[in-house]
Amino acid sequence: MNGFTTLLMRDLRLVLRRPGDVGVVLAFFVVATVLFPLGIGPETNVLARIAAGVLWCAALFAALLSLDRLFAADYEDGTLDLLLLAPWPLELAALAKCAAHWIVTGLPLSLLAPVLGIAFGLDGPSPLALGVTLLVGTPTLSLIGGLAAALTLGARKSGALLALLALPLCVPTLIFGAGAIEALAAGEGIVTHVAILAALALVALATTPWAIAAALRQAGE
Amino acid sequence: MVDLHFLANPARFRRFSQRVLPSLGFATALMLAVGFYMAFFVAPADYQQGDTVRIMFLHVPAAWLSMAGYALLAGLGASLLVWRHPLAALMARAAAPVGASFAAVCLLTGSLWGRPMWGTYWVWDARLTSMLLLFFLYLGHIALSRAYDSPERGDRASAILALVGVINLPIIKFSVDWWNTLHQPASITRLDAPAIHNSILVPLLWMAVSLLMLFVLLVLLRTETEIDRRRLENAEAAA
Repeated sequence: MNGFTTLLMRDLRLVLRRPGDVGVVLAFFVVATVLFPLGIGPETNVLARIAAGVLWCAALFAALLSLDRLFAADYEDGTLDLLLLAPWPLELAALAKCAAHWIVTGLPLSLLAPVLGIAFGLDGPSPLALGVTLLVGTPTLSLIGGLAAALTLGARKSGALLALLALPLCVPTLIFGAGAIEALAAGEGIVTHVAILAALALVALATTPWAIAAALRQAGE
Repeated sequence: MVDLHFLANPARFRRFSQRVLPSLGFATALMLAVGFYMAFFVAPADYQQGDTVRIMFLHVPAAWLSMAGYALLAGLGASLLVWRHPLAALMARAAAPVGASFAAVCLLTGSLWGRPMWGTYWVWDARLTSMLLLFFLYLGHIALSRAYDSPERGDRASAILALVGVINLPIIKFSVDWWNTLHQPASITRLDAPAIHNSILVPLLWMAVSLLMLFVLLVLLRTETEIDRRRLENAEAAA
């Protein structure tokens, strides 16, 4: 566990030293969502109808955008070799990297999304609910994306390939995340959707660290 | 039970496949010819769907085989990661494009059938969408296995992906079902008797067996090619 916190704090410290990297991802998220009203038109009822889907898709893309560097820097400078040699499980290292990724992307995206939701005309409890679904759903994106990043480590054209691998696997999270807001608009609660999002996150938590570790091991050979 | 580990040696597999391929190819051609004859001339037109029901004789087996093909990829992936069978990697490389082609055939024939029946080439229905996602999973597998300069890395990365994909497929299927359902529910794999008359069911199952043979034939043929290709690459690297 000590190694886990050490690696997590190291990754967070690395990000803190270059806060611009996180800023770019958040800026991408805002710019990408702002393009939708410009492309579709400013009718408030249309925008409120598509807000959850647009914000979820944009959050998914923003999370993927920052993922291809997740293991690449460690792979290039030799840190990964040391992690492979370390006397504690590589699975924990994988989990620490994904947790760090979530703290610097998933978490701020979840906090930012309600504000953009209001700009899209969501009202009542919807913006808050959107934030909650992202908060519960984005860990899954970080874990699945981390797996795609580990699998494409050292591959040619790894950025586009990462998206091709991760996006189909992220479909369930997207469906239940965006579906929650529709359910809320239809007068149902979001508890079911949030519970399923949490279940998806737990399944990802229980399976992906092993797959990531396996992928990192074969990358390190 | 036949010990399939016996075939894990590429040279032994090659001897086996070269003995099997000619007769399998002949049998497949014969089966397919009879199957298409039954599908086009013997099977009756449906009273609602008319002659378009004949598309189903290709569409349904293609859907079954594309799903079975992904299970095969996962099995080969496990076999590569657990036993390090060199042949499993080559066969996965050979099988992925075949499975993807069957998924594509399923999607194409489905949309050709959908145009007269549903009045549209494509609807965002649950079963169509999950087949499309299966197709994307195949594409990811193919792209990943070819994305590395060292083919062994591509083999192992795509093996891990196939295993993760096969865990995720039921989840994706469930979530897409939740999301939208318009497609008719399954009518053959029900617990009670199939809801299809024998005049349709027999050609359908015949076509399913023929296409399964075609699938096996293509995978064996392509595996041979992959063995040759790998040998050539190794020889070039050694020279």
